[in-house]
Amino acid sequence: MAEIDVRNFNINFGPQHPAAHGVLRLVLELDGEVVERVDPHIGLLHRGTEKLIEARTYLQALPYFDRLDYVAPMNQEHAYCLAIEKLAGLTVPKRGQLIRILYSEIGRILSHLLNVTTQAMDVGALTPPLWGFEEREKLMVFYERASGSRMHAAYFRPGGVHQDLPPELVDDIGAWCDPFLSTLKDIDDLLTGNRIFKQRNVDIGVVGLDDCWAWGFSGVMVRGSGAPWDLRKSQPYDGYDEMEFDIPIGKNGDCYDRYLIRMEEMRQSVHIMKQCVERLQGAERHGPVTTLDGKVAPPPRGQMKRSMESLIHHFKLYTEGFHVPEGEVYAAVEAPKGEFGVYLVADGTNRPYRCKIRAPGFAHLQAMDFMCRGHLLADVSAVLGSLDIVFGEVDR
Amino acid sequence: MNELADYLREALGDRLIEARLRFDELTLIVPPAEIAGVTTMLRDDPQTQFVNLVDICGVDYPERAERFEVVYHLLSPRQNQRIRIKLATGEDDPVPSICDVFPGADWFEREAYDLYGILFTGHPDLRRILTDYGFEGHPLRKDFPLTGFVEVHYDEVLKRVVYEPVELRQEFRNFDFLSPWEGPEYVLPGDEKSN
Repeated sequence: MAEIDVRNFNINFGPQHPAAHGVLRLVLELDGEVVERVDPHIGLLHRGTEKLIEARTYLQALPYFDRLDYVAPMNQEHAYCLAIEKLAGLTVPKRGQLIRILYSEIGRILSHLLNVTTQAMDVGALTPPLWGFEEREKLMVFYERASGSRMHAAYFRPGGVHQDLPPELVDDIGAWCDPFLSTLKDIDDLLTGNRIFKQRNVDIGVVGLDDCWAWGFSGVMVRGSGAPWDLRKSQPYDGYDEMEFDIPIGKNGDCYDRYLIRMEEMRQSVHIMKQCVERLQGAERHGPVTTLDGKVAPPPRGQMKRSMESLIHHFKLYTEGFHVPEGEVYAAVEAPKGEFGVYLVADGTNRPYRCKIRAPGFAHLQAMDFMCRGHLLADVSAVLGSLDIVFGEVDR
Repeated sequence: MNELADYLREALGDRLIEARLRFDELTLIVPPAEIAGVTTMLRDDPQTQFVNLVDICGVDYPERAERFEVVYHLLSPRQNQRIRIKLATGEDDPVPSICDVFPGADWFEREAYDLYGILFTGHPDLRRILTDYGFEGHPLRKDFPLTGFVEVHYDEVLKRVVYEPVELRQEFRNFDFLSPWEGPEYVLPGDEKSN
């Protein structure tokens, strides 16, 4: 019998591929249908955010954070604001903290809804995205009503948030919570027990806990492998220690466990949101939403129109900006995708000297080779879906 | 935190240049040659257990003799502690890679190489990562201009993307807000005769 020349096959997955979740180019080396090697090429969405931030004042740099993980914009702003607050020693008033928590949890639901439903789409289900996006639309309206923008909010500011929420908005967010839980139940019924969904996800992309830590994973990825680790609990920031919620953890570290964790986290987020709404309507009904330090937070607009002192402050804060004392800090938040950190080096001027953005997706994506080796080609998109990658933050 | 700093001072001895505590964050400064040993020790020591690699990044200080700082962030989930390790290196002095200690260091080191030109010895595959294929220069260095050197556009005739030197429609404006009242050092257009 003639010797057949068997050779490995190289294919390009992306950059224009619907399951690549944006502009990812994967160079796959295949032996038949088995993946031998994955080489992700990233950087197609690189905009030089860190370089741009160095050329802006602290306040001007803030909107760049919306454009990193653009499915949960405010969570990124949160990390940046925490870093500045740590350096400058600012305290955020209680009502400001509650509004931040409320919108961080909205961001978490926005992100998880997108991820869970598109993961379902990656493995062949079309209905969940349609149901999920209806709810996302409502949440984006809440974003718009608070900040004027559906996505790129620039709402969290160093020292608090930009403006107070109108009471009707808080009521509407409260009224949204329970109907959402029933929508979530519908999605849950559709997917959790679904035979195809399980076949595509159970025991796919298994990672052990030790590997998780060594590869720099965080968030859902480590919780899926059984670590009870959540920065909101273990290193609480901005009043998360006063909130009551549970951390779901997985047992098997596969794609299915990560899906289940995201579903449960959405329920927990709703639980946190209800607590925030209750306090914003009750004990914290009135009060400042941003720091009272007039050298950082600009005066309210009404006051700016009447008082000379306020006008000068307003002008100075929006041109020169505030100065941040010299030093270096690392501040991290539990973003929906994992630990989102900002390493900020300040040199005492009005501009950051260096702002390194530590995106969870970057660490997760580099483990693609490790996670996909030996899997079938079709599993690559399932693994990619469960990593929860958004290219805005990976490429920066 | 203070206990940890004292413990590490003792355990690392000569391998530590300085341990600093500011803003409740512990920073170790180590010589470049020791980085792999120090991170291995921090990872394996039962007292520390910094098993999670959070971040590696470069910082550029052009005025220093050794212009780059490489900053490592580690996390110990068991002890619930964070730590930062810094080392100083020059443009041509390579730093030992810690890919063998943490496999997750791979891309972070590639990124530091790409954006700053910091070289890592022992890295399995030190390619550019974020910038374009065939990109020249290291964009996050302080002497690299914000606007870059080349711009791309699609050429209808050649039917491909072409690179051209940057041509700004408007001059890049860098506002000097630091001292508007003391008077800027530059002369505003039309203001040449005011003195």
